[in-house]
Amino acid sequence: MEVIDYFIRRQSMVMELFWEHMYLIVVAVGIAVAVGVILGIIITYNRTLAQGVLIVCQVLMTIPSIAMLGLLLPFFGIGFTTGMLALVLYSLLPIVRNTHSGIIEIDKAIIEAATGMGMNEWRKLTRIKLPLALPVIMAGIRTATVMVVGIGAIASYIGAGGLGQLIFNGISRTNPPMIITGAIFISIIAVGFDLILGWSERRLHVAGRD
Amino acid sequence: MIRLENLTKQFPGMDRLAVNKLNLEVGKGEVCVLVGPSGCGKTTTMKMINRLCEPTDGKIYVDGQDTSKMNPIKLRLDIGYVIQQIGLFPHMTINDNVATVPKEKKWPKEKIKKRTAELLELVGLDPREHGGRYPSGLSGGQQQRVGIARALAADPPIMLMDEPFAAVDRITRSRLQNEFLRLQRELNKTIIFVTHDIDEAIKMGDRIAVLREGKLIQYDEPGKILSEPAGDFVANLVGRNRSIKRLHLIRAHEILEEEHWGVPLDTPREEIKERIEESVISTVMVIDEKGYLKGIIGRRAIEEKEGEKAEDLMEEVPDNVTDDATLNDALSVMLEIGEGYVPVVDADGLFRGTLTLNTLLDQVRSDKSAK
Repeated sequence: MEVIDYFIRRQSMVMELFWEHMYLIVVAVGIAVAVGVILGIIITYNRTLAQGVLIVCQVLMTIPSIAMLGLLLPFFGIGFTTGMLALVLYSLLPIVRNTHSGIIEIDKAIIEAATGMGMNEWRKLTRIKLPLALPVIMAGIRTATVMVVGIGAIASYIGAGGLGQLIFNGISRTNPPMIITGAIFISIIAVGFDLILGWSERRLHVAGRD
Repeated sequence: MIRLENLTKQFPGMDRLAVNKLNLEVGKGEVCVLVGPSGCGKTTTMKMINRLCEPTDGKIYVDGQDTSKMNPIKLRLDIGYVIQQIGLFPHMTINDNVATVPKEKKWPKEKIKKRTAELLELVGLDPREHGGRYPSGLSGGQQQRVGIARALAADPPIMLMDEPFAAVDRITRSRLQNEFLRLQRELNKTIIFVTHDIDEAIKMGDRIAVLREGKLIQYDEPGKILSEPAGDFVANLVGRNRSIKRLHLIRAHEILEEEHWGVPLDTPREEIKERIEESVISTVMVIDEKGYLKGIIGRRAIEEKEGEKAEDLMEEVPDNVTDDATLNDALSVMLEIGEGYVPVVDADGLFRGTLTLNTLLDQVRSDKSAK
């Protein structure tokens, strides 16, 4: 109950950090979607390029988050930019991979029919490939978002702001209610995004009739 | 209309030519069937016509124009394309699927809507019932009807069809084939039709091109392919039972007899009895005043059933064929229902007459003696 107490007393500060955290995630995932989907589309046209890009993304995701932050610090300094950049790099793999496989795995007959009927590449992409790959792309975005909520907490360590701050400060001040408040809110964000994105993914499946 | 000149295709990394100096001319309104075993180059040949596949050598002329100098997108918009796997877009409704090419051609909305409904009716689907559905809600046969409607949407003068009926069961296939032939009589398209099934080739083609390892072995009318196969390869492809295959070439309406054993609903018992005695199949067909087939009366029915009028004596019709069905279709229905006859109706369901096993046999015999 100390936690509720703590939350009530420091409500405005916690909420500020909450929105900071949300902002960090939305901006990072937003950029990652823009870059990742375009990259994912481009690599469907070249198998060698696809392998290369996917390996790079895989390596990026394998780097431990604290090491990634350490590697970026010398170039971008302490603060929001470095944290966000790290999150973007982490979200790339699921989004690029799912965009790529979502498009590649469309039934060849469907693509052949579209080509045979005189659709140009752009029309095929916008009318056939992307709509059919959308549920898979959405699943990638969901994975990326949930993962980034957690890594975003670590990004607080290098001054990117967000709810991670409650945990780090709580640890150094031995203030358990502060730690738990931060942890609970981060979990709420993760679960919340997972539910909302999972729901929209299922909706897309129904609309796609596959 | 379509002319292939020394058409050659070699796939990268392959020694053998997929298509080897093929020369072929298809006239306007003709159905040309490319037939041969798998790997004979028939599909590759077809795909070179709409440039899904580029020739290594040789030329293709459509309406006298060299297709290699045309914009491939424009070329494809004027060539209907139907494939075995159907390839409907699963995320679009049937209406939107059919409207694909008109939309690419930027037709006005109203015109597209009208055309879509018209096409669905043309291929035997109800625009109100099926138009708003997704492909997954349709049976295989219905899906291929949509595939054909989609290919016909912008009224292209040429259609390419790659094993269009191979994915459906035998009964649906023969129905779709017959419907397609009826459509073709109205629409008069120039069609390249690919199949591995010689029976289908004989049934569908005005002319048949037999291919083997990329080479044209014989290009002839179906009757000629059956009676004068060029060499062992074609003879083997056609097989031994050519008399049965000839049944593919003749349609029910071509040999229906005047005498059809049809009686009105109110025919009295005595008269029916007489007619049954006279009938070679010991059965009469009961027809209503509009001309629809209502039922049949056989010898057993008249002996066992009470009642004074045809209406009370008749039993359900076991099955029928349409008048554009081939004699082969008629024969399979007879074997299916275990009777020596099958009633024939026209496209609107009106009774046209009865085909009997004897007429089929006579047909086969006269073919034999003509040879």
